[in-house]
Amino acid sequence: MSTTTPVKDPAALASWATEQKAQQDSGAPILIRVSMGTCGIAAKTGSVLEVLQSEVQSQQKEGQIEIVQTGCMGLCHSEPTIEVYDRQTRQSIFYGNVKPEHAPAIVREESSQAYGVDILTQNWYRPEEEKADVATAQARIVLRNTGRINPESIGDYVGTAGYTALAKAITSMQPDEVIQTVIDAGLRGRGGGGFPTGVKWQFAANQPAGEKFVICNADEGDPGAFMDRAVLEGDPHAVLEAMAISGYAIGAAKGVIYIRAEYPLAIERLQCAIGQALEYGLLGDNILGSGFDFDIEIKYGAGAFVCGEETALIHSIEGLRGEPIYKPPFPAVEGLWKRPTIVNNVETLANICAIVRQGPEWFRSIGTEKCPGTKVFALAGKVKRVGLVEVPMGTTLRDIVFGVGQGIANDRAFKAVQTGGPSGGCLKSDDLDTPIDYESLRALGSMMGSGGMIVMDEDDCMVNVAKFFLEFTLDESCGRCTPCRVGNKRLHEMLVKVCEGKADMRTLEKLRQLSDVIKETSLCGLGQTSPNPVLSTLRQFRREYLDHVLNHMCTAGVCSALISYEINDRCVGCTLCARNCPVSCIDGSPKELHTIDKELCIKCGVCQQVCKFHAVDKH
Amino acid sequence: MTTTCCERCERDTLIDDMPEARQALETYLDGLPLTDKPERNQGFLIQSLHKAQALFGYLPESVQLFVANKLGIHLSQVYGVISFYSFFTDSPLGDFRINVCTGTACFVKGAGKILEEFVRLLGIEEGETSGDLRFSLGGLRCVGACSLAPVVMVNERVYGNVTAEMVPEILNDCE
Repeated sequence: MSTTTPVKDPAALASWATEQKAQQDSGAPILIRVSMGTCGIAAKTGSVLEVLQSEVQSQQKEGQIEIVQTGCMGLCHSEPTIEVYDRQTRQSIFYGNVKPEHAPAIVREESSQAYGVDILTQNWYRPEEEKADVATAQARIVLRNTGRINPESIGDYVGTAGYTALAKAITSMQPDEVIQTVIDAGLRGRGGGGFPTGVKWQFAANQPAGEKFVICNADEGDPGAFMDRAVLEGDPHAVLEAMAISGYAIGAAKGVIYIRAEYPLAIERLQCAIGQALEYGLLGDNILGSGFDFDIEIKYGAGAFVCGEETALIHSIEGLRGEPIYKPPFPAVEGLWKRPTIVNNVETLANICAIVRQGPEWFRSIGTEKCPGTKVFALAGKVKRVGLVEVPMGTTLRDIVFGVGQGIANDRAFKAVQTGGPSGGCLKSDDLDTPIDYESLRALGSMMGSGGMIVMDEDDCMVNVAKFFLEFTLDESCGRCTPCRVGNKRLHEMLVKVCEGKADMRTLEKLRQLSDVIKETSLCGLGQTSPNPVLSTLRQFRREYLDHVLNHMCTAGVCSALISYEINDRCVGCTLCARNCPVSCIDGSPKELHTIDKELCIKCGVCQQVCKFHAVDKH
Repeated sequence: MTTTCCERCERDTLIDDMPEARQALETYLDGLPLTDKPERNQGFLIQSLHKAQALFGYLPESVQLFVANKLGIHLSQVYGVISFYSFFTDSPLGDFRINVCTGTACFVKGAGKILEEFVRLLGIEEGETSGDLRFSLGGLRCVGACSLAPVVMVNERVYGNVTAEMVPEILNDCE
């Protein structure tokens, strides 16, 4: 479609899609996709893109090479990442850690060995129709377009069956059929709770007709989770389309996306997408001639983790302090401006279009019986291949960490995986073969959460990790309920004592008791789950707690009160450590054995880092 | 500059000291589709405060009062929101706002040491601003660039894979 006339009906949409597809297939023989998500940009992908573009021009290859900016490809471990796709052979090669100086050779299409860049595992993607084989590839439903299309082009999206699910729903299905489809698919909330999405919609649909709202929760606050950001940056139209479908299902004409202000690029791409959708009549009044109206507005967060909780989020949209309130009434009955409201997370919504398009049976064929579909994880921490991973539910941790993630970085030993963010817990090596779903993670004392997955190795002290999460909770507790506000403070104090070696066995018992009280008496999800990191590490890594308490020892060598540095006889007296010590506590003449004054030492570890002779020991 | 309206209080005059910013904010607030339902108008508060902080740098009482009057809500409601959300501040920040990401991925990769190094070199604690208003130091909860952990942000610029040794270089870049 050359002019921006609104798409009048499903037939017009279909012919536009055919046109787009033909255009995409008949384009330049080589298509270079450049991953321009937030982490790509931070890794200076922008300069790679610039050189690629200018090289195509100077080598006069405009007809042979097309360059497109996409969202995150998920290969975060080797940004800047580009994909060179051959339209004739339909083969792709992924290049990682690309530098601007590699660009001329890539444009000249020299053999890839000559580039001197990393060639990444192929088969990273599988089309959604194919069955996923975890060892080599992932199943992509949520991320099907992320990293594949230009997120700022509605045409690209339409060319990959975009907006056909909306067309199907509003022109050939009744609202209750749409809801039944989502219920039959068994889709559960991907924000962490795992509540059946269709049932939530049903509650809101059952309310008397009138003003209703659809909210997309894009307040991705869990530290270490960036799945929603990737979807919003890479495939914003999928979220808009799904919101419109849910609006049709429950009888709402208005949608609100609540997004955190820390995601400027995602906000920009959403604004761009909403503008385009309005222009083409895929949002706004009388969408595709069906008589259905739907508008979407963006509202911004302002740095409050608790706003991920749905009642707090609604307060924040209303311009109030983001404090949660008691449920019921649930938002589906009384939500935004006291009207029936459904709140769905970005990843949940990103499943909707595929479900409507391909039917609930197809969706149920992926994942497990109780948890159909896939889950996107943000794999980070001490793992070789940090990145965005989408796997069928029921995949084991081992497949994710050692398969897709290729194991632990720097040849260290695996210790734990933390899931569920500040509400979750740690899983240890015994749990590696457990198929992951909502229930199995809960049984192990953790939870699915939004999908952050932080891998830890032998150098991480689990008591310190628990303390870290409590510090987060202390910062982010809204202060409304005493158990959360004061209780977590006390928990934190006790953990500090443990880390300093000043705790006794009674402290450990008190930690457990107080955690139980906080869990049982807090109002919202934040408070109810805040002691989870403590309880989970206490149970899974009790030995480490006992080491701190009984032996005054931190085996990981993290808790500074319990460690000391000593210089051994490998010291050649090079004076490097003494010159780098920030508190000048290292004594010794050149070419003589140096010594550390343990009274003055602040245990910063600089001496050990700078020593070239492995002469500094940590105890 | 400050003025007083009575013996007990002292109010800043930032809103009048920066006429261009005031004009821009006024245009923005007048352009909002306000309704005749006052409680719904409060829904525009957070985006208005984002705009105001972008224009003025921080949100002292005079700016809060200006926004409150325009939206037809109380100053206390505005202050309640500012004090709740960590993004808003009612005191001035430094020219270089250094934020060390303390999300989980950055934490396990040693963000704590980097923060300590900034504290040592700048002589200010986390959450403080230096006396000459050059530097503000803060912690930040996850920018979602976990693959580059540990991450430091200076204003809009992102530094990835930061080590304690890089801290002096980062400070040198702040010119």
